[in-house]
Amino acid sequence: MDFAAIFTNALTEIVSPITASYALAALGLAVHFGYAGLLNFGQAGFMAVGAYGFSISTLTFGAPLPVALLVALVASVLFALILGIPTLRLRADYLAIVTIAAAEIVRYIVTTNSLTNVTGSANGLATFERGFYALSPFPPGDYPVGPLNFNDRSLWVTLVAWGIVLLCAAIVWALMRSPWGRVLKGIREDENAVLSLGKNVFVYKMEALVIGGLFGSLAGILFTLPTGAVQPANYGSELTFFLWTALLLGGMATVFGSVLGAMIFWVVLSLTQGILLGLIEAGYITFLSSAQAGQLRYILVGVALMLLMIFRPQGILGNKKELAFS
Amino acid sequence: MSDPQRIPPGPATGQDPDTSPFNDTGPIAVGPAAPGCKKRDPIIIADGVRRSFGALKAVDVDHVEIPRHKITALIGPNGAGKTTFFNLLTGFDTPDSGSWTFDGKNLAGIRPHRVARLGMVRTFQLTKVMGKLTVIENMRLGGADQPGEALWRAMFPWLWREREAELTRTADSLLAMFKLAEKREDYAASLSGGQRKLLEMARALMAEPRLVMLDEPMAGVNPALTQSLLDHIKNLKATGTTVLFVEHDMHVVRHIADWVIVMAEGRVVAEGPPKEVMQDQAVIDAYLGAHHDVDLGAPEGVARLEDVLSEDAESVVGTEDAGELLAVHDEPDTQDPHGRQP
Repeated sequence: MDFAAIFTNALTEIVSPITASYALAALGLAVHFGYAGLLNFGQAGFMAVGAYGFSISTLTFGAPLPVALLVALVASVLFALILGIPTLRLRADYLAIVTIAAAEIVRYIVTTNSLTNVTGSANGLATFERGFYALSPFPPGDYPVGPLNFNDRSLWVTLVAWGIVLLCAAIVWALMRSPWGRVLKGIREDENAVLSLGKNVFVYKMEALVIGGLFGSLAGILFTLPTGAVQPANYGSELTFFLWTALLLGGMATVFGSVLGAMIFWVVLSLTQGILLGLIEAGYITFLSSAQAGQLRYILVGVALMLLMIFRPQGILGNKKELAFS
Repeated sequence: MSDPQRIPPGPATGQDPDTSPFNDTGPIAVGPAAPGCKKRDPIIIADGVRRSFGALKAVDVDHVEIPRHKITALIGPNGAGKTTFFNLLTGFDTPDSGSWTFDGKNLAGIRPHRVARLGMVRTFQLTKVMGKLTVIENMRLGGADQPGEALWRAMFPWLWREREAELTRTADSLLAMFKLAEKREDYAASLSGGQRKLLEMARALMAEPRLVMLDEPMAGVNPALTQSLLDHIKNLKATGTTVLFVEHDMHVVRHIADWVIVMAEGRVVAEGPPKEVMQDQAVIDAYLGAHHDVDLGAPEGVARLEDVLSEDAESVVGTEDAGELLAVHDEPDTQDPHGRQP
């Protein structure tokens, strides 16, 4: 087995823009669930709204990058309002039901054949990322950083993706230390108590839903930029559950927990993939095909999550006194 | 004050209710005390407030006024509708009909957070403190007019730091008064039940309300702490805050209340100064039952009760809906002499 290659691959996953987009979407979930107690099981829907809002406005309407970005963000705010207005006055579980259904509705809409000329149906859309790479300050070429190899495109998208993650993390950090964040944490525990103290709970929950949704939407765009393609199959409910896994791994009421959780999620997937395939190639494992090994990785992630919930329910960075999974 | 057994105020505050400008000892009601009587200076006036859950009329209040700058106790047996009435007044529940005003402002249909901002802050029967916030953060959460609670200003600490410091000062002095200062940095989940009651009351005072509504402030609090809670309630009055509290322990009420409103089966059945209310036949009936002096263990007691009830229009005795009681009376041989089941 080539351990050097396995570890280089794992390291690549840590800094990959896909990991950044998972971290950002999980950070949105941290705002939703970790701080405001909103059960959003449709973060994949917010990501799809962002990705399709961006790509459709670029391809169909020829919008320049800033306009396309704005369209994507406005679309996700509208999506949050549509989900939130009927459900945020009800108990938390209703939002969970509505978000998971809404995310699936979004995915079916973009898959439907009658919209093929706009959404590309099941094949999705491609070549909408030129405006983004045109902004790159790096001349074409290779840029090795330590053991990692970047070209001008991947270096640019990686830097931008992590820059956005850091910016959003800073925003969440500042918000959660403010009186606004305090009200949100109060709502997480008892809405009626916060109401009795004169705070408009509905508005706070809506603000939290919109902020987390905006992060999800930005993450959806980052998710498409490395390949320059968006496909509906990527936005199924399993994406939402991967994001939840990352969030719970890191600690749900923490700012950097979602970043750490996303990194661990991808490193574990990469390492187990490398090690399992290495063992199969070397003939130590004979009862698994390489395709089965690919599926086994997700089983291992699930087992890791279960162990974590049993032995460290607050996540890696979480404070057990402040928030255990209860 | 109609109560001669006055309890001295808590030593922490140093305020003496007797010298307070709000210790007006004139009569509270205009005219004789009766259910729904007019007050000289009401802070809340409720008219025709009704709420039913299915066939059950939980609250059916024709007219009631809460006197300003006084401690008013709302008492009554379990299920009398006290908490439901609280919920209706504070906007946490919507009545089927009725209107009520707070300081002359119509409150019907106003949402609970608006009611609180108008200066009418409540606590809950099941204490609601944020266990996963520290005690001091719980207190700050109660503060009003914090600009940093708006999203667009929250990001810029220089816009709310000053108010935060003010709120922290207020919170610290309240915590000292309620003897929670050492717990300042602890998570509220680590407090005892009584300390949570104290924290909830202190938090309600953060917004400097004109009317505090306490839902069973003594429930589950040990006797030593009860005394200190009572002192705090009396001190609130001394600072000009009107207090309305729900309680079903009559003895607690007698010590601190200036005025008592008795509810039973959703209606106001009596009101007046505590000593007079305690003598009221309607109150005794509501608490003990109208026929509490009849010995049902003896056959002659049952017969006497039957006689009384057969003249009562609301009773089923003597009609075909009458139940078990008659059967017991008809077959005294199968029962032991005291009517107890083996």
